[in-house]
Amino acid sequence: MFALARASASAAVAAPAAARAAVRCISDAALAQELTFPITPFKCHLTDGPQVEEMTTTGAELLEFFKLAVHYRRLELVAESAYKQQLIRGFCHLHIGQEAIPIGMEAAISKADSVITAYRCHTLLKARGASDVEILAELLGREAGCSRGKGGSMHMYGPEFYGGNGIVGAQIPIGAGLALAHKHANAKAADDAKRIAVALCGDGAVPQGQVHEAFNMAALWKLPVIFCVEDNQFGMGTSVSRSNANTEFYTIGHGVIPGVQVDAMDPLAVKAAFQWARQATIDNGPTILQLKTYRYRGHSMSDPGTSYRTRDEVKEVQKSRDVIEGIRARVIDAGIADAAELKAIEKDIRKTVEAALEEAKASSELPASELITDIYVDKESQKGFVRGVSLDKSWVL
Amino acid sequence: MLRLSRAVCSMPTRAFASTAVAAAGSGGDKLPGFVHKVVDEDVPQDGEMVEMNLFEAVNAAMDVALDTDETACVFGEDVAFGGVFRCSMNLMEKYGKDRVFSTPLSEQGIAGFAIGMAAMGSTAIAEIQFADYIFPAFDQIVNEAAKYRYRSGGMFDVGGLTIRSPYGAVGHGGLYHSQSPEAYFSHTPGLKVVIPRSPQQAKGLLLSAIRDPNPVLVFEPKALYRAANEPVPVEDYEIPLGKAQVLKEGSDVTVVGYGAQIYVLEQAILMAEKELGISCELIDLRSILPWDKDTVIDSVNKTGRAVISHEAPKTSGFAAEVSSTIQEACFLNLESPIQRVCGWDTPFPLIFEPVYVPDKHRVFEGIKAAIEF
Ligand SMILES: Cc1ncc(C[n+]2csc(CCOP(=O)(O)OP(=O)(O)O)c2C)c(N)n1
Ligand SMILES: [Mg+2]
Repeated sequence: MFALARASASAAVAAPAAARAAVRCISDAALAQELTFPITPFKCHLTDGPQVEEMTTTGAELLEFFKLAVHYRRLELVAESAYKQQLIRGFCHLHIGQEAIPIGMEAAISKADSVITAYRCHTLLKARGASDVEILAELLGREAGCSRGKGGSMHMYGPEFYGGNGIVGAQIPIGAGLALAHKHANAKAADDAKRIAVALCGDGAVPQGQVHEAFNMAALWKLPVIFCVEDNQFGMGTSVSRSNANTEFYTIGHGVIPGVQVDAMDPLAVKAAFQWARQATIDNGPTILQLKTYRYRGHSMSDPGTSYRTRDEVKEVQKSRDVIEGIRARVIDAGIADAAELKAIEKDIRKTVEAALEEAKASSELPASELITDIYVDKESQKGFVRGVSLDKSWVL
Repeated sequence: MLRLSRAVCSMPTRAFASTAVAAAGSGGDKLPGFVHKVVDEDVPQDGEMVEMNLFEAVNAAMDVALDTDETACVFGEDVAFGGVFRCSMNLMEKYGKDRVFSTPLSEQGIAGFAIGMAAMGSTAIAEIQFADYIFPAFDQIVNEAAKYRYRSGGMFDVGGLTIRSPYGAVGHGGLYHSQSPEAYFSHTPGLKVVIPRSPQQAKGLLLSAIRDPNPVLVFEPKALYRAANEPVPVEDYEIPLGKAQVLKEGSDVTVVGYGAQIYVLEQAILMAEKELGISCELIDLRSILPWDKDTVIDSVNKTGRAVISHEAPKTSGFAAEVSSTIQEACFLNLESPIQRVCGWDTPFPLIFEPVYVPDKHRVFEGIKAAIEF
């Protein structure tokens, strides 16, 4: 939708052609210019929500969003091909198509805030600040991976990133727990040091009972948590309306939690929603964001993703709502960079990620002795501890 | 149909195929298997037989159940379209979407809902997509299903309840697509727990489970769903629950297991008989709860030695129960300490699966330890 929106640039739109001709010589003026774009109206429940119909950004931010979107997608594309080369075994769930969520979210929240999600976690961790090598090496099961190869695709962790969960829905009450700890600390913190938790799940996870148990606790204790439903239309092969009686997820907060529905194919709309939600949750307790997005690939690598939807449906979203193409059009329209410059940026990113894959491949696998580490820790020595059948058959590592 | 199958299948087919072979013990080895030749007297041999694999046998059993019992319903996540392992393939088309349907992603809901149906006297056949996802339903199964009859003084029961779920290692399933949770349920009076090892067994045991007047959990070895075919009777037949099967008679050591592990034990026995010159008896428990103590006790009284093996971690695994029963009943006949060859006491590992699983070499060492004590 937003790809078609025209910029009403407040600074001069057309940079001199000469300045734009040289690749990667994007002018400071172009980057500094302020730009305003309309955003898809939010739908709000029990709140007026973000009172914005347009978002003002800069050339620099827009270009940064472009780079991030390209980078997140390339990371997943590289993972996809590594999987096909059998470098990655087992499960692998790609976030392709949903990149506006990590981009917009991180543009609005603080790095000190805590994030937890399900197994579709690679780009969310990347957005938290992990390196390409940490993510790709984890996928390959190597020591350089963020979980030292012991978690794999579904179990990635990083600073203030609590996973990476395989049991659908389990991360939501855990997210509420993160928020309780923040609430206690926030009571003594300065306004600008207050922290929140973001707990994300998919549309398919909403029917899980524990999601709703968490909603109630969070509302009861006014916890600073943003519950996000990444509504990508499918839970495996089941479309959203076949698994949820109410698909207006922004309204599912027990009649008490305010919610907002967001066009999550537009990073600016996602950013606006999180900016509002972050303050709202600090002030009033939990909020729900229904992030309307779309999963381009199948559920996981063994699902071609074509039998429960038409190829045309996927193509249509790619054509009209794609995150990268949307930002590309805006960047070019606003004269921040031209098509060739953006292509050059994409090429650079591709090289960077492919180099990271080589580096990940060079990392070794953990020795088999690591099978028995990270299970228990001995209280006195803080060393690893493995329970045996009897005490004398237990090990302190 | 097959295209659909792959579409919703979250288990990588590669992982599948490779481990199915490994679990079946035929990976590279030329040793002849004997388990598949064993005739089960409870499986009719005279009528029409069709070659099928384990998921097809499960499908065939549910087909019979739906056909012979109009209150029977089959449901679970993605089940209307066959389920991720294809077990309910074509059943929705045949019996309609009122009787074969997909549920939301809600294991506790699925179990509770099935229990309610069963309390009304209907036959509820619920699928939990992976045994690893049964834990959100643990409360309903352990607290509601298992105790309904007892706490109502026999007024109500949920005998019509059957919960099927794929369990076990497949190669690269990692932490949440590989576990064997049978022991948790074996600790719950009121439940029955069944684990078949082959297509023939799966059909007969599942039909028994569905018709048993008690709630039954059936854990299906997912590594075997697409492994070898075997001829399966087309007719309706039941294999009694709570009855083990002696798959091979022997005089020196009793080897006990169930499910996919049977084929690992088979390989280990072939190795041990060749290299140690001994004779091993192999028992497939088939039912974990209630389990066939008599068959195991009689065997150990004869051989004087026992090795018990499963994929689940050793501590408080079902082997502990078997071992302690043998100790109580066969004490004076035991020649050596009972060996348990199980998964290590670790979470099910992603990258260390080959180190974790009790493979034929570890079972062989267990047999050797029992013999050479
Ligand atoms: C408790 C539990 N039940 C079932 C599954 C199997 N499963 C994995 S993902 C999934 C669908 C989830 O869909 P959704 O929440 O929409 O997330 P998406 O894959 O679209 O990101 C299912 C059924 C699981 N991992 N955990
Ligand atoms: Mg979804």
